[in-house]
Amino acid sequence: MTDVTRLTLAQARDALAAKTLSSVELTQGHLDAMAKARGLNAYVVETPEQALAMAAASDARIAKGTAGPLEGLPLGIKDLYATKGVHTQACSHILDGFKPEYESTVTSHLWRDGAVMLGKLNMDEFAMGSSNETSYYGPVASPWLPPHRDGAWAREALAGDKKGLLTPGGSSGGSASAVAAHLCLAATASDTGGSIRQPAAFTGTVGIKPTYGRCSRWGMVAFASSLDQAGPIARTVRDCAIMLRSMAGHDPRDATCIDAPVPDYEASIGASIKGKKIGIPREYRIDGMPAEIEKLWADGIAFLKAAGAEIVDISLPHTKTALPAYYIVAPAEASSNLARYDGVRYGLRVPGKDISSMYENTRRAGFGPEVRRRIMIGAYVLSAGYYDAYYVRAQKIRTLIKQDFEKAYAQGVDAILTPATPSAAFGIGEKGSADPVEMYLNDVFTVTVNMAGLPGIAVPAGLSADGLPLGLQLIGRPFDEETLFSVASVIEESAGRVALPQPWW
Amino acid sequence: MSVDQATVRRIAHLARIAVSDEEVPHLQQELNAILSFIEELSAVDVEGVEPMTSVAPMKMVWRKDAVTDHAGADVIVANAPVSEDGFFTVPKVVE
Repeated sequence: MTDVTRLTLAQARDALAAKTLSSVELTQGHLDAMAKARGLNAYVVETPEQALAMAAASDARIAKGTAGPLEGLPLGIKDLYATKGVHTQACSHILDGFKPEYESTVTSHLWRDGAVMLGKLNMDEFAMGSSNETSYYGPVASPWLPPHRDGAWAREALAGDKKGLLTPGGSSGGSASAVAAHLCLAATASDTGGSIRQPAAFTGTVGIKPTYGRCSRWGMVAFASSLDQAGPIARTVRDCAIMLRSMAGHDPRDATCIDAPVPDYEASIGASIKGKKIGIPREYRIDGMPAEIEKLWADGIAFLKAAGAEIVDISLPHTKTALPAYYIVAPAEASSNLARYDGVRYGLRVPGKDISSMYENTRRAGFGPEVRRRIMIGAYVLSAGYYDAYYVRAQKIRTLIKQDFEKAYAQGVDAILTPATPSAAFGIGEKGSADPVEMYLNDVFTVTVNMAGLPGIAVPAGLSADGLPLGLQLIGRPFDEETLFSVASVIEESAGRVALPQPWW
Repeated sequence: MSVDQATVRRIAHLARIAVSDEEVPHLQQELNAILSFIEELSAVDVEGVEPMTSVAPMKMVWRKDAVTDHAGADVIVANAPVSEDGFFTVPKVVE
């Protein structure tokens, strides 16, 4: 029998519907692949019994003719989604032993539609990071081999401290690595400043952060509530469209989640983009941009032109301010959201001489260094005397960033094309140890989209000189994910699907 | 703006995070690197600009002021590190 993990989500769905494959076979194939890939550290928890029970139930529904849109399809779930009775820690020590009594809305939508859960995926602690190195459970390795290294070298590195192997990006590093290594058909992820799109770009996979409000955030561990949004990572644009349709939808328990019908996103795949206006923002041509990123961007423009799109130069003058403003807004909201971790209601407790020192000791032991840093920055920018100078100013700048996009869309622009990341994937242990800002710069192209609440998709569009995947980003109008899927499928088709690495692990 | 070591200790206390004396100089350096990065925003003209208060324009919805999904005290304290008879337990706070 052929390797079932090589199927795309859409192919697997069709094979299950045609009854040429059972969900139990498909699920078992993935569980076997996961067992062989533990060195990558993509999963922090595997749930094989649950997976096989869900798969058997799916097979029964398929036989009865009551299959849902994701019936029997095995998925990985990022550790920040609450899954009832299953490890949910956002890869933090402070949520030690936390097993929620409830299910997040997004995952409950997936199970409603018949999907199968394979396990919980590694991530940067509380989604704070761009390389999956801040996880309490250790870094995730990308299945892509570093330049000039072979499988034998990489297997040895995998067994050690993983230094020199490539990061899958972050914070959804486990999701991206698992999808790229064929350890699930698709995965849930989340994006506060680029945490879906950057890892997708680093691993040759597709990731979409939908419009703020498209998916319910209920039951997702909160990082920065005005920026957080759920989305999928998958191997094709079509698979992302199938996933998002199930993940999205109204939820009265999240007041920011819109009450609007969810389109059949898959119908947008392959739709003509003739006459669509694609904006190219000049401010994204940053100093010191590698030539291969410039070329990738030019190739993307050529693909879209060839498909009949009209290319227009646009200006988004406040682009440069987005990243520093993000590093006020996100830590401020994080310091507030993470105040709940105090050793009382869930997770870790470290005793102290009084209640205050119990809080302080618990939070010192439970949060990793990056999370502590961001909470402290947040506490500082919100503290008396600094609130207006930092937080209010940053929220004003956010208005300016949003207005930049609104002006471009008012000129008739349908979508904006940019690089997804400033470079290809870097190595584990390579960045940010001396200066945290070095790591933050990874999100320079993605963070504007969160600040404005817009949808953005990262799609593989070529390879670096070293043979590593590079991605382009498309930014859409609010709630117009359909155009992103149409345009991204043109890029995917024109660039040719990236050949993901064969197992060496 | 940059922070001195006393401010680092004050912020850590505001954030209820214990810091040791040895950690303070390193934290000071890291926080100042981040603060100098966000400092470039002071050059942006924000005169007359409204701060963003809602990412997407939407009407706030109302719901009935009623118990919705009260699962019972046992379920609520199920994940507590220490609990007693359906209550969270904390060190004594009142003398």
